[in-house]
Amino acid sequence: MESSAHKFKDLAFTARRDAHLQAALGKLGSGFSLKRKEAARRLPEFEGLRDQAKTIKDHVLENLDFYLERFEERVIEGGGELHWCGDADAAQKKILDICRKANAKTVTKSKSMIGEEIAINEFLEKNNIEPIETDLGEYIIQLRGETPSHIIAPAVHLNMGQVEDTFREKHTTLEPGRKLDEPQRLLEEARSQLRDKFLNADVGITGANMLIAETGSTVLVTNEGNADLTHTLPRIHIVIATLEKVVPTLEDATSILRVLARSATGQEMSVYTTFCTGPKKSKDEDGPDEYHVILLDNGRSELLGSEFQDMLRCIRCGACLNHCPVYQTIGGHAYGWVYSGPMGAVLIPALIGLDRAGDLPNASTLCGQCEAVCPMRIPLPGLLRAWRTKQFEGSEKNTLGKILLKVWVTFVKSPKLYRGAMNFILMILEIFGRKSGGFQWLPLAKGWTQSRDFPSPAGPTFVSQWKKGLLMSDQEELQKRQKK
Amino acid sequence: MSDIVKNKAPVVGLFVTCLVDTLRPEVGFASALLLQRAGCRVEVPLSQTCCGQPAYNAGARADTKAIAKNVITSFEGYDYLVAPSGSCAGMIKEHYPKIFKAEKKWKNRAEALAIKTFELTQFLSEEVSINASTPETRITATYHDACSGLRELKIKQQPRELLLKVSGISLKEGKEAERCCGFGGLFCVKYGDISTGMVDEKIADLEATGAETVLGGDLGCLLNIAGRLKRVGSSMEVRHIAEVLVGSLDVPAILKTRKIKK
Ligand code: SF4
Repeated sequence: MESSAHKFKDLAFTARRDAHLQAALGKLGSGFSLKRKEAARRLPEFEGLRDQAKTIKDHVLENLDFYLERFEERVIEGGGELHWCGDADAAQKKILDICRKANAKTVTKSKSMIGEEIAINEFLEKNNIEPIETDLGEYIIQLRGETPSHIIAPAVHLNMGQVEDTFREKHTTLEPGRKLDEPQRLLEEARSQLRDKFLNADVGITGANMLIAETGSTVLVTNEGNADLTHTLPRIHIVIATLEKVVPTLEDATSILRVLARSATGQEMSVYTTFCTGPKKSKDEDGPDEYHVILLDNGRSELLGSEFQDMLRCIRCGACLNHCPVYQTIGGHAYGWVYSGPMGAVLIPALIGLDRAGDLPNASTLCGQCEAVCPMRIPLPGLLRAWRTKQFEGSEKNTLGKILLKVWVTFVKSPKLYRGAMNFILMILEIFGRKSGGFQWLPLAKGWTQSRDFPSPAGPTFVSQWKKGLLMSDQEELQKRQKK
Repeated sequence: MSDIVKNKAPVVGLFVTCLVDTLRPEVGFASALLLQRAGCRVEVPLSQTCCGQPAYNAGARADTKAIAKNVITSFEGYDYLVAPSGSCAGMIKEHYPKIFKAEKKWKNRAEALAIKTFELTQFLSEEVSINASTPETRITATYHDACSGLRELKIKQQPRELLLKVSGISLKEGKEAERCCGFGGLFCVKYGDISTGMVDEKIADLEATGAETVLGGDLGCLLNIAGRLKRVGSSMEVRHIAEVLVGSLDVPAILKTRKIKK
């Protein structure tokens, strides 16, 4: 997928002025966040499960080659094929190969962020194969030519009216009189369009929430059941997944499932949890004839052993987005690439380069809410800061911000100089701010003063006043001083 | 109070924070008074400047270390370091030891300081005790939980209990009291527009409580909130909790017109 992460500030500015988006984002906090809180409260061992999930993933990351090879063996034993792909290009080509061999005209697809990463839809279209998204949210944004704005709720930026308009525009068979004013009706309309496509598709592509080394299974979690139709009906099932999705055993997978849905939507379990283990066996009534797993690296192995390794624990639950006050203010599209929110701000620079996504790690107050809810205990604020360090230390370029910081540091490091400078600045500010008591404009601080007043100081620094012996021993003296 | 030697007042080094130092000295005096009332001897090392968060969060590691060394050297001689700010106390307590993880000598010194570093309300509740000493204050207030204090230092009940005990104030809780106000240090200048959206969410929640005063333990957040309230013409007042605990309500609230003249 093309990135517009370098336009972050402009995109965020526009997002803040998009009334539909703002209304949609307003519901996030009270929706997913509240439900997660309830789900965590109902399960006393939730915190312990988070530790357990983290331990499992940490162990996997330390032994990734072992588990991946084991997974590969099991996939092959089960009659499937496994394709190692280094990057998006390799994955695209492999998928096209498989489709061409099968003479595929249409491909159904269930939601996959890796699919977005490798822009598989565009690629297939270019090669005259029609990809059809079957997750309702994905289907809607595909019709609209948009990208997902949230990793688990791709169309969260839209309201029902917008969806209705899209259906009326794109579904040529839709009668004008038909009512589409409720979620259920919209769902039925989408279903009516999708049913035939499910039946006629030659290939089904799904993502995977986990890969199980012990069994060679891929695990899929959805709420709509569309993924099941995507992999059971067509003749060929392709799973696209990245390396870090592997877990050792079924037991481990279930441990992670216990925190996944709770963190994501506050459900105990998602509605459908499907384990796919190879193609149809002789006694199976249904299932695909061919089963392919595209195992994609796309930058992951470079994170192994780096200060960003923790990020590979991510299970894409979306909790950090749902709880992020920045995400809630600007939505997902402003981040400019596949992912968004805190996990996106850490992952995007890793996958497309820090130089192309330099704003993302900086556009955070490091409030820590993401880390507080992340089921995998990923230290997201620390990782954002690590990117900032790379930026600061990695570039020779002196931006205005960097120069100002350096000047400030020079003073802060030398207390005497600092004291003198501060008292001087305070004196100037006091003179200018005396009348109004505050500033509506200050040099170099437009970001602040464009929307906020800044107080005018009332005298020299506290430390200087203290030094002059203005030590209070009781309340009266304090008040006396203040009234002077 | 275990490590306080009996009959000997603990000596507290007051780390006043750069924002209080420059923009709201009253909070420094109020903190000193509260500590004295709690039986401490208060000292203010004149060599203090800033805890280094702006450098740390900008990714300037070497500069952060230099600043941290100054703080460590200035304060390690006291029984305690107390700061009227959760984010500065959090910086010293949680982050200094990490910053020096590769320099054993400094790491040890950072850890030793971290153990005796406290945010003001945390210190007044957990390490010493303070009695009601001011006449009951009749304001209706709501409390904003600043992020670092809340999540790094687990400061939640301490300020609320102190307010009730010392000033007789019970709070009207905001539904989103724990939500970030959008300050974030340099963030609010660099990403002023996003920050504005965040502070607007915050003040909507604060105003919905019906309280007349916003209290908090971190001047950064309070300046941000007060700055926005003033700009949109709200009558809500904003104060640091230390001012209320000490009873100095005749000092104008942040960004309300001051009458003092020298
Ligand atoms: S970083 Fe954590 S909270 Fe965010 S999506 Fe990944 S697992 Fe979920």
